[in-house]
Amino acid sequence: MLEIDGISKHFGGLPALEEVSFRCREGMTTALIGPNGAGKSTLINCIAGTLNPDAGAIRFTGRRIDDLPCHRRPYLGIARTFQNLALFPRLTVLENVLAGLTPEAEQSFVKSLLRLPATRHRERLLRLKAMAMLDNFGLADKARWPASVLSYGDKKRVEMARALVAGPRLLLLDEPVAGLNGAETARIAMEIRRLHGAGLTILLVEHDMDLVMTVSDHVVVLDGGRLIAAGAPQEIRTNPRVIEAYLGRMSVTA
Amino acid sequence: MTPRDRIRYFFSSHRTGLSVCLLALFLLVYPAWVGNPYLLGISNLIAVYLIAVIGLNLFIGYAGQISLGHAAYLGLGAYGSALLTVHLGINPWLAMAATAVAVGLTAFLVAIPTLRLSGHYLAMATLGFNIVCYTVMMQWDRVTGGPSGLAGIPHLSLAGVAIDDETRFHYLAWGAAILVLTLGLNLARSSLGLALAAVAQNETAAASLGIQVHRAKIRIFVLSAVLASVAGSLFAHCYTFINPDSFTIFNSVELVTMVVIGGLGSIWGSLFGASLIILLPEFLHFFETFRDIIHGLIVVTVLILLPQGLVSGLKDLLRMRLLRKANNARN
Amino acid sequence: MNMPTLTDSLQFLFAGLTNGAIYALIALGFCVVHNTMGIVNFTQVDLVSLGGMFLYSALFLFGLPMPLALAGAVTAAAVTGMAVERVGIRPSRSDNHLVLIFLTIGLSVILRGIMKLAWGKNRMAVPPLTADEPIRLFGATILPQILWIFLLTAGAVLLLIWIFRRTTLGLCMRAVASNADAAAVVGIDGGRIRMISFAIAGGMGGLAGALVTPITTLSYDVGVLLGLKGFAAAILGGFGSFVGAVAGGVLLGVLESLAAAGLSSAYKDVIAFGLLLLVLFIRPAGLFGSAKR
Ligand SMILES: Nc1ncnc2c1ncn2[C@@H]1O[C@H](COP(=O)(O)OP(=O)(O)O)[C@@H](O)[C@H]1O
Ligand SMILES: [Mg+2]
Repeated sequence: MLEIDGISKHFGGLPALEEVSFRCREGMTTALIGPNGAGKSTLINCIAGTLNPDAGAIRFTGRRIDDLPCHRRPYLGIARTFQNLALFPRLTVLENVLAGLTPEAEQSFVKSLLRLPATRHRERLLRLKAMAMLDNFGLADKARWPASVLSYGDKKRVEMARALVAGPRLLLLDEPVAGLNGAETARIAMEIRRLHGAGLTILLVEHDMDLVMTVSDHVVVLDGGRLIAAGAPQEIRTNPRVIEAYLGRMSVTA
Repeated sequence: MTPRDRIRYFFSSHRTGLSVCLLALFLLVYPAWVGNPYLLGISNLIAVYLIAVIGLNLFIGYAGQISLGHAAYLGLGAYGSALLTVHLGINPWLAMAATAVAVGLTAFLVAIPTLRLSGHYLAMATLGFNIVCYTVMMQWDRVTGGPSGLAGIPHLSLAGVAIDDETRFHYLAWGAAILVLTLGLNLARSSLGLALAAVAQNETAAASLGIQVHRAKIRIFVLSAVLASVAGSLFAHCYTFINPDSFTIFNSVELVTMVVIGGLGSIWGSLFGASLIILLPEFLHFFETFRDIIHGLIVVTVLILLPQGLVSGLKDLLRMRLLRKANNARN
Repeated sequence: MNMPTLTDSLQFLFAGLTNGAIYALIALGFCVVHNTMGIVNFTQVDLVSLGGMFLYSALFLFGLPMPLALAGAVTAAAVTGMAVERVGIRPSRSDNHLVLIFLTIGLSVILRGIMKLAWGKNRMAVPPLTADEPIRLFGATILPQILWIFLLTAGAVLLLIWIFRRTTLGLCMRAVASNADAAAVVGIDGGRIRMISFAIAGGMGGLAGALVTPITTLSYDVGVLLGLKGFAAAILGGFGSFVGAVAGGVLLGVLESLAAAGLSSAYKDVIAFGLLLLVLFIRPAGLFGSAKR
């Protein structure tokens, strides 16, 4: 479904990604792990089009997407969340989620200015859809709140709802449970499992190893911008290079 | 649903449309109510500025960009109309339309490179454009009349009736203003309006949701320039005389203060901001010398206390209070 | 139009350099505030006018001798700058740059209103620093005031660079510029630094105003066009870099003057700002700036 082929990215001469290649299979959850600064977010940004890779190719359903502008990619069914929240703080929760429906929304300037009944009808449908998604995440009663006043956990869930509302084919999650408490983590984990069960393809960046081990079918490990291991969760758990590069260091710092 | 609920539902779901109708009704009878041409002249000026301010508010308040040069587009509209009618004898309506199209094209060409710039650079580019336009209006005196301006601009006329007194111009200017207000409200409530607000608050997130950031900015900039041009043309045909002093960077700043005081991202706020700034000198008749200071103090106070501007800021405060109350009631 | 002679060209070059030096001083004021707060401070424009106004009052109201009056004018402009930050900007809790920029525009309107009230709307004349006997240099004549402008501008620029490179204060300012949060963590008082940066901006603007008004005229809005060209110079220089600001100022001054000589002096401003727009379109980060916005 998603093929990462020899992707490299440099920031001012310093490599953040070096020749990274792997695939995400359709309907599978692929976990992308690695210590801080390994280049995980950079890779997500390259797939979502927020950054342009310096070399390599990214293919989605067989089609090259690395030269597509960022705003084209949601139309192909690629949705993402951000590691550091990227909500629209002064918009309401509902409006934030509605923004996720941009690919289905009215694009014509003239029609928007005139607000004909057809346009209005279309907007009402989108609104219902967004409300339904908020309901899924238990946020319906906060629909009219400005996003800026929500708790951190609620904000994370709004971002998930915004990414999911358009019904994407590939979901890129950058540390969805970082900074959340146990109950909130469980809630997001349940949601990820539900999506997985529904057959959505997910690329998940996460430090929470319990979550990674329980939801993922395949694990890819980055360290210092290089891919150092890939395989089933159980293999990765026992891979000495991974333990040395990642788990080992984690347990030392933890 | 009881009939009472139904009525309440009708009012709440059509409150924007009803408000516009109410305003239109008020303006319909306003000239009969105040026959005084002086007062009508003031409210006409508000209408003309309102057209430009709504456009600017879409650009500054919704899309979160900065323009310190919108008086240039007002001036291009006014001079375009004036030159076409005075020198070439073209029909005023046609002149107005042709000018608006030309200004739109100019704005489009200016926008493509300019709107790639962020913050300060955009402020500088728009200021620079205003100074360039102003200097040309001043110096190219063979065509523009230079500092002494252009006189003898024909009035507009409708079905053979020249729109040459305050009452007639009232209906024309406010008709146009209400139309623009409606279009602005429509756009603001549409998905495109939402996209603009998203661009203002987080460009990266907006792009990753499928919003074409650069294109959205260009479209709204061109719209705001065209609206300013129309306002400028109306200004020229109303007063039949223009000179460059109405189109300086200080006028641009004044337009921005109308947006800021009324409220960033509030179309109704634009009505309030334009009215307040234009009425202010009338209230401060005896304080002519203090005018600038009071003007500046209002802007500074509003920005410090309610950074989103008066109308938007108060609306946000009220909304938060209501939501808190509703929440407390539930718990 | 006939070809300008060599002496004419030299004359225009001197005029350009003079304006360039003034633009550079103002540009530095813009840069210092931009570096510590990340905003365009539009009150810079009025601090320039104020420099001239204060010099005028010090000379004619208080009867001070010229050197004292100049020092007084620069100090007063610096203090005004500090007051603007303390009273006008600090109370705002907004961190939205758009709002802060509009705030400085509002403050600028207030300052112009106050100047109109205190000094009136009429144009005034300020005497130059020393006697008005022109000096001949390579066949061109230049006023002593112009030499003073070169000298004092160079002095101010060097002083500013010395402060930034060699003193603890400069270190703190650079720390706030590169990362305000980290600077706060190590105990640097951000509010104080921002106030000092406004003082420096006021001093630079005030000096520019006090130096230039003797060769132009003085009025409450004399600083507006000068100040905006200073802003343009700062942008040309990449907005933030001191060397860039000076280079941008000199470049703008000289090009403007040569263009005025060769093409048309009436369209001087069109040429200056047209050039700036062109540069922005081709190199959005300015001539000397790096690619980051
Ligand atoms: N915009 C950027 N500019 C410069 N360097 C960056 C940028 N984004 C990330 N980096 C660098 O790239 C490396 C990888 O970062 P990142 O992808 O965020 O790591 P991770 O998400 O795995 O923690 C880090 O060394 C980081 O400092
Ligand atoms: Mg990361």
